[in-house]
Parts: sequence; C-alpha cells; structure tokens
Amino acid sequence: MNNLKVLVNGIIKENPTFVLLLGMCPTLGTTSSAINGMSMGLATMCVLILSNFIIASIKKLIPDAVRIPSYIVVIASLVTVLQMLIKAYAPDIDKSLGLFIPLIVVNCIILGRAESFAAKNGPVASVFDGIGIGLGFTLGLTCLGAVRELLGTGAIFGVTLWGENYGMLMFVLAPGAFLALGYLIVLFNRITKKA
Amino acid sequence: MDYVLNLILIIIVAIFVNNVVLAQFLGICPFLGVSKKVDTASGMGMAVTAVLVVATIVTYLIQVYVLNAFGLEYLQTIAFILVIAALVQMIEIILKKTMPALYQALGVFLPLITTNCCILGVAILVIQKEYDLLEGVIYALATGIGFLLAMVLFAGLREQLDLIDVPKSFRGVPIALVTAGLLAMAFMGFSGVDGGLKILFGLQ
Repeated sequence: MNNLKVLVNGIIKENPTFVLLLGMCPTLGTTSSAINGMSMGLATMCVLILSNFIIASIKKLIPDAVRIPSYIVVIASLVTVLQMLIKAYAPDIDKSLGLFIPLIVVNCIILGRAESFAAKNGPVASVFDGIGIGLGFTLGLTCLGAVRELLGTGAIFGVTLWGENYGMLMFVLAPGAFLALGYLIVLFNRITKKA
Repeated sequence: MDYVLNLILIIIVAIFVNNVVLAQFLGICPFLGVSKKVDTASGMGMAVTAVLVVATIVTYLIQVYVLNAFGLEYLQTIAFILVIAALVQMIEIILKKTMPALYQALGVFLPLITTNCCILGVAILVIQKEYDLLEGVIYALATGIGFLLAMVLFAGLREQLDLIDVPKSFRGVPIALVTAGLLAMAFMGFSGVDGGLKILFGLQ
C-alpha cells in the first residue's frame, strides 16, 4: 500500500515534467515526436530505477563527504551501459536521441531522487519511487511529444490523423517545444489544482 | 586562410544559428532558473562561458592523450563528468584565493554549473565533430557567448513581464516558457545563414 502511494506520488503529485520542472533539457530537446519522447522517458526510467536501487543498497558504505561524486559515478556507469545497449540493439533511437543519451548523467531528476529519496529509504521503496518518477517523466515526455507531433505534422506515433498536406513545422522545431510545454503546464495546473 | 574563415563560421553558427539554449536545448535549467534579473543572468552567463572554455580544453586533452591513447573511449561519459565536477570545484577554490571580488560576484553560480548540461554537451560535441584543439576552444567560447546572449535577452524580457498582469494559471514558469518560445522563434530567423556563409566564404 505504502509503495503504491510512492508510485502514484511520482506520477501526479511530484510529476517531474509538469510540477517539479526537472530535466528540462531532454524534455524540450527530444520531444519532436511522441515515439522520441517515449524512448527518452523509458531510457531515463531504466537508469533511475537502477540507480535508486544501487544507491539505496550501498548508502551505508559511502562516507558522507564523498556522497555526491559516488552517486555520479554510479549514474555515469549505468548511463554508459545503457548507451552501449541502445547503440547495439536500437541504432535508430541512438540516431534520433543522439547527444541526449550521455546527457542523462546530468539530468537533475536522477541525482535529485538519489539525494532526496534513495539516500533515506530502503532499496524496495526506492525502486518503486524510481518507477513512479520514471513513469511520470515518460508520461510527460510522451504527452509533449504527441502534442508537438500532432500539431506539427498531423500524426501521432507516425499514424497520420488528418490530410498528408497538413504541416505546421514550427511545432516540430525549437520554438514549438517551449510553447507546447508552457501551455501543457497551464492545462496540468488547471486540472490538478483547479486554479 | 580557409582555416580562419572556418573559425569565423564556427563562431557565427554557434552564437546565432545553433544557439545552445534556443536551438539545441542545452542548459535550460539555469536559463529558466536564474533569469529573473539581468545582473544575475549575465553573471551566470560569464561563469558558464569561463568554465566551458577550461572544461573543453581539459576534456579534449584527456580524450586524445588518455582515452584514445589507451583504447578507453567507452569511459568517455564517466571521465568527462568527473573531470568537469572536479574542475568546477578547483576553479571555485582558486577564485576564492586569488580573486575574492569575482568569487563574491559568481559565488552562488559556480557549484550549479556542474549540473549544467551544456558543459558536458559541448565537451562531447567537440569530440563528435572531430574539431582540433583550437577549433574546440573557439567553439566552446562562442557557445558560451551564445548562452550569455540568450540569458541576457531573456532576463530583459522577464523583467518587463513582472510589470504585466498575467492570467493566474500562466504565472511563473508557463509564461516564461511561452516567452522563451517567442525568443526561439526570433532566433529561427538565422536558420540557413550558415549555408549562405559557407558559399560566401567559398568553403565547399
């Protein structure tokens, strides 16, 4: 029950994309289509779950003074493994996400959760926190990607919804990322806080 | 001569055409976080520019003389992030001893820079684009100037925004994002300039 609460907390109350506003670089940089946003979200979620689990398990062995560098080494190693796996088994994703895969290391969500959750809770709860926050991030990125893809090219996940001739390239390019995210946050606030 | 023209091209492209914040989405956190006042925004921009240049030199040398020399390319991400974290700490200590005035001015921003993804991003891009050391340094410097430019412009806009009555749901980050979108749209006007300059300079 408690673990379930942790899970839901990450998706709605502490949604990293719409509420905490963490990890903005990949959020804006990789959501030119729904599928790109989703793969970035899932990649980040994998690293987050594993890093939460490892850090929660070894936290007693790490001296307090070198806490942050040790966390960074754990996260960077996980990202390197993930980068190699994606390069080997999903070269298309590697091509479309490009630089943003190694940059998962400096995603503030992962270090933030390590410091604020995994360092204080047990491995099992930390895994659930990783799944919750990871799902919240994936959901946010997929939403943003879907909106940009729909407005920009008239398709969702590559399936064309209205005519082939439709196109509003601005939403696929840089300005659309800022605009779409701004309006989505307004919508999210409207629904959750009835502002 | 071609080499010098190439350097000029790198500078113009990095500042205007592929602006690090508004086109490449690197360093969004400080861009949204410390852009409420023009002074703090320009302080952050200058601190990032300085760290970018130093970090690029150090990571480039490590890539060439350590990672490539011993076949350890797969350690790139780990090595770079640790070097950048250590470097930021070191710059902080040196500044504190030698230039206390500058340290006072930048103090708050320095530790934040480690998690600024444009530092790691530029270090990796320099290797990916196969620049030599001078090109890499020029690229890092121009990227920093582009960051500074975006920060100052955006902070100026946000100072004006404070005086305006914004709808309740838009207050805070949403209106800032919409403003950033409009600024990015303005910078889109530069797209294609790189191709034109290449022809003008006679580089392929």
